[in-house]
Amino acid sequence: MARITHGIACSHIPALGVASDFDKWEDPYWKPIQQGFAPTQKWEAENLPDVVILVYNDHASAFDMKIIPTFAIGCGESYKPADEGWGPREVPDVEGHPDLAWHIAQSLILDEFDMTIINEMDVDHGLTVPLSMVFGKPAKWPVKVIPLAVNVVTYPPPSGNRCWALGEAIARAVESFPEDLNVQVWGTGGMSHQLQGPRAGLINAEWDNMFLDKLSGDTQELRCIPHIEYLRETGSEGIEMVMWLIMRGALGKETRELLRFYHVPASNTAVGHIVLEPVNGDVPPSATVEGAATQEQII
Amino acid sequence: MSDKNPCENAGGPIDIHAYLGEFDDIPGTRVYTAQRARQGYHLNQFAMSLMKAENRERWKADERAYLDEWPMTEEQKQGVLARDYNRLLDLGGNIYFLAKVFSTDGLSFLQAVSTMTGMKLEDYQAMMIAGGRSPEGQRSIKEHR
Repeated sequence: MARITHGIACSHIPALGVASDFDKWEDPYWKPIQQGFAPTQKWEAENLPDVVILVYNDHASAFDMKIIPTFAIGCGESYKPADEGWGPREVPDVEGHPDLAWHIAQSLILDEFDMTIINEMDVDHGLTVPLSMVFGKPAKWPVKVIPLAVNVVTYPPPSGNRCWALGEAIARAVESFPEDLNVQVWGTGGMSHQLQGPRAGLINAEWDNMFLDKLSGDTQELRCIPHIEYLRETGSEGIEMVMWLIMRGALGKETRELLRFYHVPASNTAVGHIVLEPVNGDVPPSATVEGAATQEQII
Repeated sequence: MSDKNPCENAGGPIDIHAYLGEFDDIPGTRVYTAQRARQGYHLNQFAMSLMKAENRERWKADERAYLDEWPMTEEQKQGVLARDYNRLLDLGGNIYFLAKVFSTDGLSFLQAVSTMTGMKLEDYQAMMIAGGRSPEGQRSIKEHR
């Protein structure tokens, strides 16, 4: 039986990809970030999963304005790094896990999450930068990856509550996959940043650290944060943090923090990172908000 | 917030008018709403076309002629030619799409973003290194907080 072993959250700032690709980690600007991720690289090598479900958003790379899927899951065999306007990153192709991905896609749809299914696409920095931050520069990525793309560009993105509930549904789907697999769920993007308009450059370290704090333990407060609070407190692009809640929801009732790193800035953005372990991985039996109906009523 | 229901509004839809109405209260920010997405559709699709190397070549050879292939407004075309990103945001541009224009120009996000703040690049970069722009006074126009 497949199981979710851990969750990781990680910013996916394009400049981090540039720092990795052009070996800038010794530069004083980048060194603190390299040091911040070093414990995770060591930890991940010792706790390597078979598959990572990588929650990210596409930045006008695979998807343009023609089609805007709210939640989309990659069921393909492999994905190439996207050409985002300056040629594709020179990182390995990303190998998928179609058996598990299709199982999750089917399970989610039966669980009333109406997913978009993707068989072919290129993946941009949103997906490849976290891989670089956690695995460095291997010749081949050491895990298979199921991309899960979320629309956080065109409003409205999904609510934090819906993201959390999707995470819980992913946990149910993974648990019903018969093969013996260790699976991590990664939530990427954030933390506070604004890339547009006269307010660009906004950073809110206090809010970001509140968010990091509340990912651990049994509180469900974060799922209730409305979009307007992300916009006001964390900048127009801070909304990416709803994607972290898919990861958190997938870890169940209670978690504990194993590693954390926070740093300002990389380019325009606050770098945030956390590694979480489920303490009690139980999730409710359906997408209904826990307690809105009793378990007996749902069954 | 009760123990049973973690989000007050989880039981039903939120008021769409109230939801959208709040977006205009954020200083110096254009939230990419459906209205902007419709207004900027061809502007953003034009920008997207610059992801292809052959299109970048044609664009660089004659920007005006390339723009005239797209059903954009004259105002949008002038905004692109002037690289006036705040203007383009007002005309329905989205920053991730507009990024294809400044990437083609060889600008980084930091360089391009700084042009929207009215700050010099060095000053903008220094602000970021010092911890970024404080949210104090930047959260709400109406409430001055």
